[in-house]
Amino acid sequence: MIGTLDAKIPPGPLAQKWRSHRDHMRLVNPNNRRKFDVIVVGSGLAGGSAAATLGELGYRVKCFCFQDSPRRAHSIAAQGGINAAKNYQNDGDSVYRLFHDTIKGGDFRSREANVYRLAEISNIIIDQCVAQGVPFAREYSGLLANRSFGGSQVSRTFYARGQTGQQLLLGCYQALCRQIAAGTVEMFPQTEMLDLVIVDGQAKGIITRSLRSGKIDRHAADAVVLATGGYGNVFYLSTNARGCNVTATYRAYKRGALFANPAFTQIHPTCIPVSGDYQSKLTLMSESLRNDGRVWVPKRKEDRDKPRGEIPEADRDYYLERKYPSYGNLAPRDISSRAAKEVCDEGRGVGPGGRGVYLDFADAIKRLGEDVIRERYGNLFEVYEKITGENAYKVPMRIYPAVHYTMGGLWVDYDLMSNLPGLFVIGEANFSDHGANRLGASALMQGLADGYFVLPNTLPNYLASQMGKRPPPDSAEFGEAEGCVCARIEKLLSVNGTRSVDSFHRELGLLLWDKCGMSRNEKGLREALQKIPELREQFWRDVRVLGSDQDYNQALERAGRVADFLEFAELMCIDALERDESAGGHFREEHQTPDGEALRDDERHAAVYAWEFQGDGQDPKLHREPLQFETVHLAQRSYK
Amino acid sequence: MNFRLRIWRQLNLKSSGKLVDYDVENISPHTSFLEMLDVLNEKLLGRGDEPVAFDSDCREGICGTCSLTVNGEAHGPDHPGAVCELYMRRFRDGATITVEPFRVGAFPIVKDLVIDRSALDRIVQAGGFISARAGSAPEANSIPIPKHDSDLAMEAAACIGCGACAAACPNRSAMLFTAAKVSHLSLLPQGYPERDRRVLKMVQVMDAAGFGNCTNTYECEAVCPAEISASFISKLNREYARAQFRRRLGE
Repeated sequence: MIGTLDAKIPPGPLAQKWRSHRDHMRLVNPNNRRKFDVIVVGSGLAGGSAAATLGELGYRVKCFCFQDSPRRAHSIAAQGGINAAKNYQNDGDSVYRLFHDTIKGGDFRSREANVYRLAEISNIIIDQCVAQGVPFAREYSGLLANRSFGGSQVSRTFYARGQTGQQLLLGCYQALCRQIAAGTVEMFPQTEMLDLVIVDGQAKGIITRSLRSGKIDRHAADAVVLATGGYGNVFYLSTNARGCNVTATYRAYKRGALFANPAFTQIHPTCIPVSGDYQSKLTLMSESLRNDGRVWVPKRKEDRDKPRGEIPEADRDYYLERKYPSYGNLAPRDISSRAAKEVCDEGRGVGPGGRGVYLDFADAIKRLGEDVIRERYGNLFEVYEKITGENAYKVPMRIYPAVHYTMGGLWVDYDLMSNLPGLFVIGEANFSDHGANRLGASALMQGLADGYFVLPNTLPNYLASQMGKRPPPDSAEFGEAEGCVCARIEKLLSVNGTRSVDSFHRELGLLLWDKCGMSRNEKGLREALQKIPELREQFWRDVRVLGSDQDYNQALERAGRVADFLEFAELMCIDALERDESAGGHFREEHQTPDGEALRDDERHAAVYAWEFQGDGQDPKLHREPLQFETVHLAQRSYK
Repeated sequence: MNFRLRIWRQLNLKSSGKLVDYDVENISPHTSFLEMLDVLNEKLLGRGDEPVAFDSDCREGICGTCSLTVNGEAHGPDHPGAVCELYMRRFRDGATITVEPFRVGAFPIVKDLVIDRSALDRIVQAGGFISARAGSAPEANSIPIPKHDSDLAMEAAACIGCGACAAACPNRSAMLFTAAKVSHLSLLPQGYPERDRRVLKMVQVMDAAGFGNCTNTYECEAVCPAEISASFISKLNREYARAQFRRRLGE
């Protein structure tokens, strides 16, 4: 049986929804705010900005992160920029256009109302960040500069060199520090959420483990906010930080929160190719490089090992410019990634293993000079040289797609509340704004929109009815959850098999990359669905975790996360199989246009798929949220 | 490539530690230093020894989590760069490599190569921010900032908070870290209103955390992965003197 979900989208014209919703939501008066405890898990752009802002408003906030400082959350690694519809360039941008680009970029699989709100809020995020002292790039006039990003024909991206994520995160980390000093936020670094506590059907607390001491604690609250990022590390190799994991959202799923569109993962086209099997992660080269770099491979297979200089212009295939003349090298991520895979599958890929394409700056250097290129992308060129030992001012970069971001996440309504009352999910951890493909420079925008401006308005709407309903942490529900957490840790330590946690993770990653990566088909997905449970069973029989649960034990940390990935991977493949169409980053080989583009099936699949846990070993139950498009016209996406 | 590693092992803060020798073989020159330690840990696990604890997260030089002293140098020989950006091609085949944590009194050892750098967070909490509430900001382009000032602020703001500056300093001073934040915020007009309070409180907390003083040896600048210039320390000193002076004048 399939359930239907209600996103509680406010009535009224699209452009008025958020404003009129704010006019009617319930409020908590300033004297009562200090009576509410709010838990925020995660301290990246979404969690950090939410915790800081809720603290400013006067709530008592507890913020948790697994890193040793909130300043190290993975948002820090975002390079390129943040979008906003300021139209400072006078090039025809508007809130509507940003909204439309985002909906279209997401291949019409996101909610109009959420995306419109995001576009609307984008402008005040820039104001907020500038006021905090974020040193965005500026023109000689002293006014803010912009650059272009994939999937749009206007220049609306604000940036701070190639370190935009770092600067935005430090802005919200500093705001958080201010609240920590003021006593409104209590910070718990190196603390991992291992379970969600549900009391009378509402999310009222979490169970945590201190990574430093191994201590298990119960935290009761009036509401729980998850801002724990994406699950890209299910693939083992991704551009995510080593610690990124699915545990918090997956544990919430196992407690009844719906997981939406887990098959929607983003493969970023511009990463440094894999060089060996010892590799622990992949490194992104910002998409902004595609502003000036030209992507190509040799026209003929035989030329692929020749140095660039020996391949004349006529023998090069600038395939993005050829296939998508109006967007060229700035075609969206899913399309550029698949195009790269295609030319490499044809045997025209460059570099070791033939899994790479050139990103060439020779023309830009000739046109603008090396100094200009250095000023725009200097640090990215340095990173590239450190990793590969090659100087990209002299030879073209070699790039290949890699897992980068996950559009799927816990299902939330318009207020960013999950189906479990009291559980809010923000940033990459929710599913709401990017549909089947995220546009560049939109993740930072969404994280900060959720944290600074959406959640602080919608959370009181829930809290207003919750005065005095916080359960004590010694209630039975907390005891049960803590018991589960402890039993699981004990089990991990007691297997005492022969294989390392990483070896299982790597095997799972290769399997998923092969069967549920850049392109998927029914046969492969069914194979994966057979192999994943086998691998999981082997894990619980043969994993080896040494040391104790009473101290800093990194292998134990990872073991718990990989155990969750081994279950979550199955959910991803189930979703990928159910979505029998191609949309954005989800490319089902059975569904493509004659020229190889993703072919949607709006009749059957213009919906969010949200999965409900039914017990270990049981198939999850599917809920559908039909997507209504009242403003945009559903169309075959074209970037030609 | 083969290497002999001498690695600091220490169970926790209270126990004493020592250097232990390990061998790693068949390492590709394209392996990063931390991946080489991953390989070692797999090997240790295989023979039933507890893996070496070391911190890392992004492994691309921006999060500031990794913090190793390699052959006596904070982040190893390849400057500028965090130790996660160090590749084995930088070493001679057969070399002996000594790996220790950052040795700073204000960064107590947690286990093996892992340290506690919460002192740096406390310095920022003391005043390393601009108090701009969400919702109260003026239009972004209403405050033009000369490109030169903005670029300079960005240079200071690039600090990744790893603490290598303190580890490299003979006095274990965190002046470069503090100077970077003070400079970033005081170079921008948005930061002016809190300029005096900020520098006075941050320096006070920095001193109380047990960091030493600056005697201009510039070791910090030499190892800084974000290439923060030591000239910001002069800026910090000027800001501090200015704030002290203004406070005495009763402004």
